[in-house]
Amino acid sequence: MSEQPPAKDHRVLTAPNRPPPRQFGGGPFGGGGMTEKPMNFGPSARRLVGRLRPERAKLLAVLGLGVTSVALMVVGPRIIGRATDILFSGAIGRQLPPHLTNAQVVAAARAAGHANVADMLARMHVVPGQGIDFGALATVLLVALALYVASSIFSWAQGYLLNDVVQRTVYQLRAEVEGKLNRLPLPFFDKQARGEILSRVTNDIDNVAQSLQQTISQLLFSALTVVGVLLMMFLVSPLLALVALVTVPVSMVVATQVAKRSQKQFVAQWKNTGALNAHIEEAFTGHDLVTVFGRRREVEQVFRERNQKLFEASFGAQFISGLIMPAMMFIGNLNYVAIAVIGGLRVANGSMTLGDVQAFIQYSRQFTQPLTQVASMANLLQSGVASAERVFELLDTPEESADPVDPSLPAEWHGRVEFEHISFRYQLEQPLIEDLSLVAEPGQTIAIVGPTGAGKTTLVNLIMRFYELDAGRITLDGVDIAAMRREDLRSHIGMVLQDTWLFGGTIRANIAYGKPDATEEEIHAAAEATFVDRFVHSLPDGYDTVIEEDGSSISAGEMQLLTIARAFLIDPSLLILDEATSSVDTRTEVLLQRAMAALRSDRTSFVIAHRLSTIRDADLILVMEAGRIVEQGNHEQLLAARGAYHRLYAAQFRGAVDELATESSALATAIAGRP
Amino acid sequence: MLIRLLRNYLRPYTTLLLAVTALQLVSSMANLYLPSLNADIIDQGIAKGDTGYILATGGWMLLVTLVQIACAIAAVYFGARAAMSFGRDVRSAIFHQVGTFSAREVSHFGAPSLITRNTNDVQQVQMLVVMTCTMLIAAPIMCVGGIIMALRQDVGLSWLMVVSIPALVVAIGLIISRMVPLFRAMQTRIDLVNRVLREQLSGIRVVRAFVRERDETQRFAKANRELTGTALSAGRLMVLIFPTVMLILNASSLAVLWFGAGRVDSGQMQIGALTAFLMYLMLILTSVMMATFMAIMIPRAAVCAERIAEVLDTQSSVTPPANPVNEVHAQGELEFRAVEFRYPGAAAPVLRDISFRSSAGRTTAIIGSTGAGKTTLISLVTRLFDATSGSVMVDGVDVRELDPDLLWRRIGLVPQKPYLFTGTVASNLRYGNPEATDEELWQALEVAQARDFVEAMPGGLEGPIAQGGTNVSGGQRQRLAIARALVRKPEIFLFDDSFSALDLATDARLRAALRPHVKNATVVIVGQRVSTIQDADQIIVLEDGEIVDLGTHQELLETCSTYLEIVQSQLAAEAAA
Repeated sequence: MSEQPPAKDHRVLTAPNRPPPRQFGGGPFGGGGMTEKPMNFGPSARRLVGRLRPERAKLLAVLGLGVTSVALMVVGPRIIGRATDILFSGAIGRQLPPHLTNAQVVAAARAAGHANVADMLARMHVVPGQGIDFGALATVLLVALALYVASSIFSWAQGYLLNDVVQRTVYQLRAEVEGKLNRLPLPFFDKQARGEILSRVTNDIDNVAQSLQQTISQLLFSALTVVGVLLMMFLVSPLLALVALVTVPVSMVVATQVAKRSQKQFVAQWKNTGALNAHIEEAFTGHDLVTVFGRRREVEQVFRERNQKLFEASFGAQFISGLIMPAMMFIGNLNYVAIAVIGGLRVANGSMTLGDVQAFIQYSRQFTQPLTQVASMANLLQSGVASAERVFELLDTPEESADPVDPSLPAEWHGRVEFEHISFRYQLEQPLIEDLSLVAEPGQTIAIVGPTGAGKTTLVNLIMRFYELDAGRITLDGVDIAAMRREDLRSHIGMVLQDTWLFGGTIRANIAYGKPDATEEEIHAAAEATFVDRFVHSLPDGYDTVIEEDGSSISAGEMQLLTIARAFLIDPSLLILDEATSSVDTRTEVLLQRAMAALRSDRTSFVIAHRLSTIRDADLILVMEAGRIVEQGNHEQLLAARGAYHRLYAAQFRGAVDELATESSALATAIAGRP
Repeated sequence: MLIRLLRNYLRPYTTLLLAVTALQLVSSMANLYLPSLNADIIDQGIAKGDTGYILATGGWMLLVTLVQIACAIAAVYFGARAAMSFGRDVRSAIFHQVGTFSAREVSHFGAPSLITRNTNDVQQVQMLVVMTCTMLIAAPIMCVGGIIMALRQDVGLSWLMVVSIPALVVAIGLIISRMVPLFRAMQTRIDLVNRVLREQLSGIRVVRAFVRERDETQRFAKANRELTGTALSAGRLMVLIFPTVMLILNASSLAVLWFGAGRVDSGQMQIGALTAFLMYLMLILTSVMMATFMAIMIPRAAVCAERIAEVLDTQSSVTPPANPVNEVHAQGELEFRAVEFRYPGAAAPVLRDISFRSSAGRTTAIIGSTGAGKTTLISLVTRLFDATSGSVMVDGVDVRELDPDLLWRRIGLVPQKPYLFTGTVASNLRYGNPEATDEELWQALEVAQARDFVEAMPGGLEGPIAQGGTNVSGGQRQRLAIARALVRKPEIFLFDDSFSALDLATDARLRAALRPHVKNATVVIVGQRVSTIQDADQIIVLEDGEIVDLGTHQELLETCSTYLEIVQSQLAAEAAA
């Protein structure tokens, strides 16, 4: 019907050092975990760090390389300071008369009343009359170059290793979560929204990866730099170092104050984003309704209000968080001014060399930046730990009971099923199935009928051991299903669900889903018996046609046929069928009926039935209402009882069947005459 | 596209942007002035031992710093304001545009894509504007200003900039250009991992029923390995950036010292000037680095801008009439006259030569296989699509001539997918008729066989409904959607396969209760179950967009083989046996 969408969603390209776009749920327009605070920051953070333990050796190497790299880098300005001193000495010395010694020049200066200049000169290695010592300068600069090159190499090696560590840890985490999903009991999935679980295994893990990568490397680098630079500053000039040190608490206070305020604004921004997003989603998804019910104006009005609120919140967030840069720059500049002035005064009175001041200015520049980084890292860290917490929560969910150590198996599979006084409830206070007993003999068809929510699906799920009984037992050919391994039990049961789940793969792979080692002949045989073969032949790629995720490549009825073929192939001793209520076209409907019949022949089958033909043919009909089996028997018996089944039957098939029955024989011939 | 979008939607904020530019200019100049003042301290103060000069210049530096922060803060304020206003306006424009779309345009883009375009895509472009206002604008100013200031200090060393700036750009550019394809690949791999997981979650029963947990784990492991592999490669490139940039920056400063030394020695340059030159070079290189990083946001924002422009440039295929008919007399009469509908460029029409009439109190049923065009037919009445030839008349007036509000007021639609909105049961029921009383709501619920479960819901009428109605079952959703249409009290009811999720008994009860309720309205029912439609006054059998036959249940049983086939498949399996 519809044409190709003009463009797929492009979500590519990530700026370095910035988190990549999140899949969904996150990002600016998902209101994801960005601002959620972890419940137990300490324990969760420790646990996250604990996950890095297998990589201990590499982490130590990372630390070693980091320290070396920062140390080398931190020494740099000091050496450049030396170079400045050589330059300065040369520049001054060149102007002095060459025949004097340094001491004479100092004395002369003092005599001339220039005490300051004298002090300064006294501290310098000025050789009067001699210009810049290029030999010494070259040595100093080459040493500095070597240091810088080495520092860069170490820094690169450190990043390289850390990248490996983080990626491997995240890989493990992802694999573990996926493994966990396979061991969680099904009720867990019923209770949790699918999107919510999915978001934990995708968004949250991505977020953990981001935070690990960024916080570890930047925290390490920043912390080391702060320490290293501080050390060097004290070495160069304790007084100036103290001046620079004052900026630490000031920057911290400013950063945390700004962060605290912007955090509040960001929370408001996410909240408003979520509200606007929800509104847009509803308006677009229900576009037809909005139009036909004449609600465009109201919808647009709500949009405008929420859009304006979002604007105000995001403006606030952007403005306040945008203050951090200028604020830090301001503190840096203040520091710069203080050092320039104090340093200048001290050089002038000779207690410091110009090179030292020069070095100091560079140090102070290197000092404020990592401080800001550490401060801003707090947010990222918090969001990462909050995500980790959600992942851990999933990992901590109780698993299915383990399979029995000593599993039993029926000697032979006939498909005799017996329910012995079983009870089951989803919630403690609400009994769903109470003291239910029944026997299905091999080859029988059991039809389960009743209104929506009567517990029909629950009943068949109990046979699959998707849920565990609260009391009683179910036996399959005399063996308690709880005494079998789930795998053994399930591999003998074929299941066709109403929800036609197919995975993104070829038709062949989907048919062979329950039996990956099936031969081509087996697959074709199953496909032919269930009328899949016919439509597959009309597809250009035949069995190699790839089923799209949204199932757009084949019709709904064909998907149902495929699920029947899938069950057919494993040749189960017991069948569970959930007849689809959704409508398919007439011809497919006929095929579906026939395919189901082919599948059912000679097998014990439990059918959640919606079609009269299925129900009438059943050996046993279970009529369920509000979680109880209110009637059981075959069609005739139940009709004669004039109870719930009779009501159901009358409501649905009233008229149509009578009419058909009273139709002329011509009609009967017409029907019979059709293939 | 990006430029056009920016030009159009930033125009109202030109003043703000000019202010940002001016403020960033002052702020950058202040930043640039500081090293120059520092140079003065060295050359004029220290070298001459003039303490007073040092203090005075220090005070001057302080003042410059204050000016700088004031300008910077103001720039952030105006910049954020302009960027966020831009985002707000673009969002608003898209939303409005989509509001005018017909079902055709919506399905052309797909609702999820439209949502992304209205939210994430705008966010991306908005982010670019923010970054531009706060950093990108400052970078060239810093760069040019730095170069000027550096030249003022010493022209002789300027060739160093000619070497180091391109070196930096080339180095970063090389690394990033290699990273881009990797990031792209990473995105598809993340998608794959998510897809495998999504499949596992949605098909968890099938996975377990067919004992495929191990294979699924392997499938996931493969996707996970691939993703990790790509992430590793991308990460390894990423960690190259920082050391490379640092090396270039540091090596440049060493070069300044070495070559500067020669010029100082020959007296062409003063020490202070050299120090200042060093500072300027660092400032320039840092801003070049920033600009390079920012620049890689542009391609991404450009893609988003294109997607936004695509929506904004799309005109609805259904336009309101220029001179709408505002009054009609007859009640609920519906007629199709030789209607054809085809998608533009499509070879075969979806519907052709559809003609039938229905009047108040009569029920028309439409049956046919999937893809026969049933839903399209219904959408022609509501003008979610417009017929490509022929005409659809409501009360004797072509729907395209009618005032849309008037048209829609007469229609109660129950769509195939019974979508409910966030809110309460009551707010959903009142969706088409805000004035309805509680009593009317209960009445509608009763007819729709929804009274029992609404009463049982916590809060009753005020019981919450989650987005899309996901907190009630499919059958309940369908019944609420029917009740919603009933509350509207329209003259034309359109039921698009609206009973499919109901079990047989409920379906029967609902139809029985509905009958007296709609006796003064025209009813069109699209259905699959014969039992649902057999009582209709006329049944249209639709196949491949054409009316195969039209008549009552009895007539069709006798004359229409397609209909007979349908009946046979649903009811007569046992009768024939």
